[in-house]
Amino acid sequence: MSTPLLAPGTTAPDFTLHATPDQTLSLSELQGRRVVLVFYPADFSPVCGDELALYNQLLPEFHRVGAELVGISVDGAWCHRAFAEQRNLHFTLLSDFEPKGAVARLYGAYREHEGVCERALYVIDEGGIVRWSYRSPVGVNPGADGLLEALEALPARSASGSAA
Amino acid sequence: MSAHLVLPVSARDHALGPADAPVTLVKYGDYECPHCARAHPVVRQLRAHLGDRLRFVFRNFPLTEIHRHAEHAAEAAEAVAALAGEDAFWAMHDRIYEHQGEGLGDHALAAHAAALGVDGDAVLREIRGETHLPRIREDFMSGVRSGVNGTPTFYVNGARFDDDWSDVHAFARALEAAAAPSR
Repeated sequence: MSTPLLAPGTTAPDFTLHATPDQTLSLSELQGRRVVLVFYPADFSPVCGDELALYNQLLPEFHRVGAELVGISVDGAWCHRAFAEQRNLHFTLLSDFEPKGAVARLYGAYREHEGVCERALYVIDEGGIVRWSYRSPVGVNPGADGLLEALEALPARSASGSAA
Repeated sequence: MSAHLVLPVSARDHALGPADAPVTLVKYGDYECPHCARAHPVVRQLRAHLGDRLRFVFRNFPLTEIHRHAEHAAEAAEAVAALAGEDAFWAMHDRIYEHQGEGLGDHALAAHAAALGVDGDAVLREIRGETHLPRIREDFMSGVRSGVNGTPTFYVNGARFDDDWSDVHAFARALEAAAAPSR
């Protein structure tokens, strides 16, 4: 039923999605930085809320290892805005809304029957290469331990400002 | 993913029950989290059921972005421990969960401490001085590294308990099984 995630070593497919109702973000704009893509099924569902709340709380840790965190679901940009405001989220949520799930499909992270994203994590390096991916059972919050270990396993970065 | 406790239980921890109990149950919790408050009586029932076969340990996992009083509540409980000892810590721990719905502002936290005979102003001074924040952060990061994925998260003899903790009978059976390894 589930399609495979992109394997480590694959070039992460570029995409452009709405980050707010009037702004878009392309993956290529983040080139030169490490990116954590968090595919999740839905805004406001309890498990996603916990998962994203945990990552939100850990933003300083992600920044410490030089990573930008980006969430992706099929919810619309207005829904994302309400969700981010309610949960005090400090990272970008992208809306894989039209055509629905197109980016999630590119990343092997779409649940065709349910019409929502899988609960999947990607670590993409500075050069836009997938370095780690993980799919969690949809009802299980994957936590952050594997993600942080994957980020820390990346080779040290060459000169860059923000890392400690 | 590793879902095992990476920071072993030691003298640094708040623990109830014998150190040589066959089962150690660790809870990572947030004092302002309603699920944690629901888990509080579950733990009490588990402790009553297993008696001396169970050691219970609490570690802090405050999700401060969604629970704005969680960190101060954790600091208040740690301050009470520092000022008045482990028995007072557990009394404060119980009190905070039992009164969670009434609000956990600094005034309420000081009043809870005072009700236990601990100087509320001293507790507030320790909160303002962030005296116990390093320990709380150590608790938190040990949880992150152990795969805590929400609050509460439980570990039974070091392994994350992924079943439904709210089913106290099933939880008790899991602890019973852990208490009686094949021998």
